[in-house]
Amino acid sequence: MALVEIRDVRKRFGIHEVLKGVSLDVKKGEVVCLLGPSGSGKTTLLRCINHLEAIETGTIRVDGELVGYRLAANGKLREERDRVIAARRAHIGMVFQRFNLFAHLSALDNVCEAPVQVLGRSRAVARERGNQLLAQVGLSAKVDAFPHQLSGGQQQRVAIARALAMDPKLMLFDEPTSALDPELVGEVLETMKSLAAGGMTMIVVTHETGFAREVAHRVVMLDDGAIVEEAPPAKFFNAPEQPRTRAFLSKIL
Amino acid sequence: MAIGIALGLLGALGALSRLPVVRLVVNAYLWVFRGTPVIVQIVFWYDATAELTNNRINLPALLAGVIALGVNEGAYMTEIVRAGLLSVDRGQLEAARSLGMTYPLAMRRIVIPQAIRIILPPTGNQFIGMLKATSLLFTIAVPEIYATGVNLYSTNFRYFEVLSVVSIWYLMLTSVLTFVQRRLERRFGYDRMTAGGSGDGMLRRVFGFSFGTTSGAR
Repeated sequence: MALVEIRDVRKRFGIHEVLKGVSLDVKKGEVVCLLGPSGSGKTTLLRCINHLEAIETGTIRVDGELVGYRLAANGKLREERDRVIAARRAHIGMVFQRFNLFAHLSALDNVCEAPVQVLGRSRAVARERGNQLLAQVGLSAKVDAFPHQLSGGQQQRVAIARALAMDPKLMLFDEPTSALDPELVGEVLETMKSLAAGGMTMIVVTHETGFAREVAHRVVMLDDGAIVEEAPPAKFFNAPEQPRTRAFLSKIL
Repeated sequence: MAIGIALGLLGALGALSRLPVVRLVVNAYLWVFRGTPVIVQIVFWYDATAELTNNRINLPALLAGVIALGVNEGAYMTEIVRAGLLSVDRGQLEAARSLGMTYPLAMRRIVIPQAIRIILPPTGNQFIGMLKATSLLFTIAVPEIYATGVNLYSTNFRYFEVLSVVSIWYLMLTSVLTFVQRRLERRFGYDRMTAGGSGDGMLRRVFGFSFGTTSGAR
């Protein structure tokens, strides 16, 4: 069974339909890159997976469980209570375009906050694991630094460590390198690569075709709220079938 | 002051609530208590509540004064706290929630601690304003500083001396508040978490300056 199971998801903002019936399966350990022009709905789809956005119809299951909803007796979706949604989200890691590190906490405290407050781990255990994770993303020297003292690339690596501290089953990346200076993109992509090599299930919204080509098992192209094409990277980039994919690739490559 | 802070926090959370009914109640509260003079509210709590309830509720002057100032303060604090909460980037709440925090936990651990540094300077202003507004309680015969002064100079006619002493008392009290505010600002790390460094510095300088002028001018 797929770890992530998206079925016919529809979502609208006002009268504008952003997702027009999207279905997608992601297996455990798989790395899927979502590509597409801006406004195609790829970020919205990602945000729906951990219920930062509500959906109109369809279902999204992670590890067999609906996120943010329960099935009511009449077969319709009912939004879950805050506490239940939070518990589901706890094991879905999310990395944002703008990092969103907690500005009032040091790097280490950023990583430890949720394990202590949400999982109820002791401070000592959380700190030990936090130090370990920050070392893993190459930031041992920066554990006590505050977010504003870090470069964008360093902040994003702390954000990745922060998400990993919750032992996620799945990591969602929302354009993780788009807000970075070009010379800082590499360090973040390296961190993500080693994560993928470690077998983490990842869904990545990105414009980094190099990363998609090298790391992704599957590339999914969205346009105008629907999936246009999905294929392994070699086929996707070298022999795309759909004219819309070809047009898009010719613009960005 | 405690009433003001409590009502302000409650009001601000209410104003940002998803429930329209809650927002309506908060808006009505702001509309009434910011829209009428505080001196009218003071006399209202003291005299009008007694008349309205046929003396079944007859608040002592001091209690009526505390309620009047507290409820009035709460209306202004609501706006101050709301501005503080809104100043915290939405991404902070989203990041907290994506880590599995519930809304109350995310507010308590992530959003409110960051809002406090925006809230503190105008809150200092507000408290100093309220401290001086206690002089209005002379209308309901609370023996506060100004009323005591009036009693004095109406018998000895030494306006200059009496009012100077009254002013010095107010200055001493507001100075204590200003000092406490500075300490709190330092405690909540104005220096270590400046996202937009110079902007915050200016805000603080402006408020620091306005304290000086207002307490000096009155």
